[in-house]
Amino acid sequence: MICVENVSKTFTLHNQSSAVIRVMEGASFTVGRGECVALTGNSGAGKSTLMRMIYGNYVVASGSIFIGDTDVASAEPREVIALRRETLGYVSQFLRVVPRVPTLDVVAEPLLAIGTDRDVAYARARHLLTRLNIPETLWGLSPTTFSGGEQQRVNIARGFAHTYPAMLLDEPTASLDATNRETVLSLIEEAKARGAAIIGIFHDKPARDRVADREIDVSAFTPLRAA
Amino acid sequence: MNAPVTPLLSVHDVAKYYGGRIGCTDVSFDLYPGEVMGIVGESGSGKSTLLNCLAGHLTPDQGEVLFDTRDDGLRDTLTMSEPERRMLSRTDWAFVHQHARDGLRMSVSAGGNVGERLMAVGARRYDDIRAKAIDWLDRVEISEDRVDDRPSAFSGGMQQRLQIARNLVTGPRLVFMDEPTGGLDVSVQARLLDLLRGLVREMGLSAIIVTHDLAVVRLLADRLMVMKSGRVVEAGLTDQVLDDPQHAYTQLLVSSVLQV
Amino acid sequence: MSDYNFAYLDEQTKRMIRRAILKGIAIPGYQVPFASREMPMPYGWGTGGVQVSAACLTPDDSFKVIDQGADDTTNAVSIRKFFEHTAGVATTEHTVDATVIQTRHRIPEEPLTEDQILVYQVPIPEPLRFLEPRETETRKMHALEEYGLMHVKLYEDIARHGNIATAYAYPVKVEDRYVMDPSPIPKFDNPKLEMAAIQLFGAGREQRIYAIPPYTKVVSLDFEDHPFDPSKADHPCDLCGAEHTYLDEVIIDDEGGRMFVCSDTDYCSKRQADGHRGRLSPIEEAAE
Repeated sequence: MICVENVSKTFTLHNQSSAVIRVMEGASFTVGRGECVALTGNSGAGKSTLMRMIYGNYVVASGSIFIGDTDVASAEPREVIALRRETLGYVSQFLRVVPRVPTLDVVAEPLLAIGTDRDVAYARARHLLTRLNIPETLWGLSPTTFSGGEQQRVNIARGFAHTYPAMLLDEPTASLDATNRETVLSLIEEAKARGAAIIGIFHDKPARDRVADREIDVSAFTPLRAA
Repeated sequence: MNAPVTPLLSVHDVAKYYGGRIGCTDVSFDLYPGEVMGIVGESGSGKSTLLNCLAGHLTPDQGEVLFDTRDDGLRDTLTMSEPERRMLSRTDWAFVHQHARDGLRMSVSAGGNVGERLMAVGARRYDDIRAKAIDWLDRVEISEDRVDDRPSAFSGGMQQRLQIARNLVTGPRLVFMDEPTGGLDVSVQARLLDLLRGLVREMGLSAIIVTHDLAVVRLLADRLMVMKSGRVVEAGLTDQVLDDPQHAYTQLLVSSVLQV
Repeated sequence: MSDYNFAYLDEQTKRMIRRAILKGIAIPGYQVPFASREMPMPYGWGTGGVQVSAACLTPDDSFKVIDQGADDTTNAVSIRKFFEHTAGVATTEHTVDATVIQTRHRIPEEPLTEDQILVYQVPIPEPLRFLEPRETETRKMHALEEYGLMHVKLYEDIARHGNIATAYAYPVKVEDRYVMDPSPIPKFDNPKLEMAAIQLFGAGREQRIYAIPPYTKVVSLDFEDHPFDPSKADHPCDLCGAEHTYLDEVIIDDEGGRMFVCSDTDYCSKRQADGHRGRLSPIEEAAE
């Protein structure tokens, strides 16, 4: 489902005497349907960078990243937009929403965007918010006013609203209490069970051991820094 | 699964010169139905010139601006007759000005402002026109009892929302926006952005938004074009351009934004 | 008379105005620009109408001037005198006897014939002006038949007053093409714009001439659910008893007493001469 092939990444800092920083070379791996792969490596090894490239958020310097039939590295913006809408979900560490939009709408939005019936979309949103223990009294409020943990759970609910065939999870269990952590892990297991290909970053080792089928050490793709 | 193949707007090699000075040049892109594209750049970068060329307010010196018309498919709006172009601009196109008073008739009531485009395309039942105007005022969060007030009695944010209602009432497919949130205070901006996002999704609108506010494009635009000195220096997915800018100017632009 | 060229204007100017008139007749409702001359009267006193009349008059014509329906007001008297002096034409107060009638703000009650010309004085010829101040833009709107704005004005009327409150200078569409300002005649007169006589409109300050040829279709703009209504004061004439004429309201004492009389003085006196009587007709007549 996800096929990363010989991907490299450089950053050119034009405003710092055009310094070119090579951060990744030769990254290659695949993730099949129903499989969860954990990215590991020290801080700064490039886990997030790799994940952002897969999502199309970072430009790929060379190589290809196929999600299904779409090569994110060379796709047109609208193809990436369609991919993100239909196929590729991403749960980031931070919730980024338009101020003033109620939580329930935030969670239902990915479903509405693919044309799901309003009633179905909102039922699914309510179901997820309930599972993630967001009190119903908060559903009508904008999540921008919530605590960090609550925002994180809203973010997860939104990420899991649509049943994407491929998902990227960036620290989904960070800053969650035991109950909610358990819920998130079972959401991941359910996604795997329905055939989703998942790439995750988990600092939480027990969580990683439970949901991940394989680990990929990203430091293997880190070039030796030129002096 | 895939987006429709025919772009709604297809721009080829558009250039506009002011004497020897470049207004904008070498601009080409396709905009697909439902896409929102942002154009950013500092003052004088040519973004407003480009927008006005696309919307038919200025005649470019070169290039093609093809629009997917309902009847005849892709047509060059620069070579079509003026009546056709003006008809487009009050049916399938909308233009939201930075200053509401450029886009509103200040001496006409809110209802009359919204109803004008309906009457322009032949609506002749007063009750229907009024009902539709009230419905649109409601959609932009202006209460029904303000329908007979003139825009001069409205706040800046309300005027801007009224301008949007006036533009969208005929169900256009392409909206041009020139700094739609400029000059509004931050909380009013947020409300307007939320409103625009909702309308864009509900109506399946395509939009081109010119702004210098990167936060606005991050929230509204799927794609982004960065302009400098009349040229497009970088284009791509909005979040990609903002998070991993490639061009020196874009890097400078992004790093210049104050973090809140 | 020998001090002036016939009808004051020189022949070249008259030819220029006639060309504009012919063009106006050829394109009903279209405002034809013309090189309006300085006339020996102030703008607003009918300089446009006077120039059109001057271009139309021949020595055999019989000339009548109406001001708000009356023949005896300052404006009417001075324009009549002007042409008596400069053209030496016959003048009349009787509608049926006139061949050229210059009018300000009324159409005579007496139906006009194919042998007559009605010349209107027009202050502001552009019906779109109130909502669109740019002449370049209004011309374009006429050219492209973009008349939605005209209905915005009527919409505003209904929104503010519950009905179309425009009572004079009520906009019309001529021959399904041009929207036209019929000059500040009461809307009561609008249906009469479809007539047998030639109608010419002259705006001196604005330098425009336009025309409605005989038997041309003239439709007053309206909404389907607020149709055009050529209403008038709901009274009969207090002098001649007519129920079908446009009336002036006259305050007659300090107690708020009022009377309604035909605004068309010629028509009213003709009816009275024919024996028609109204509420305030002199006593001896009523006691007869």
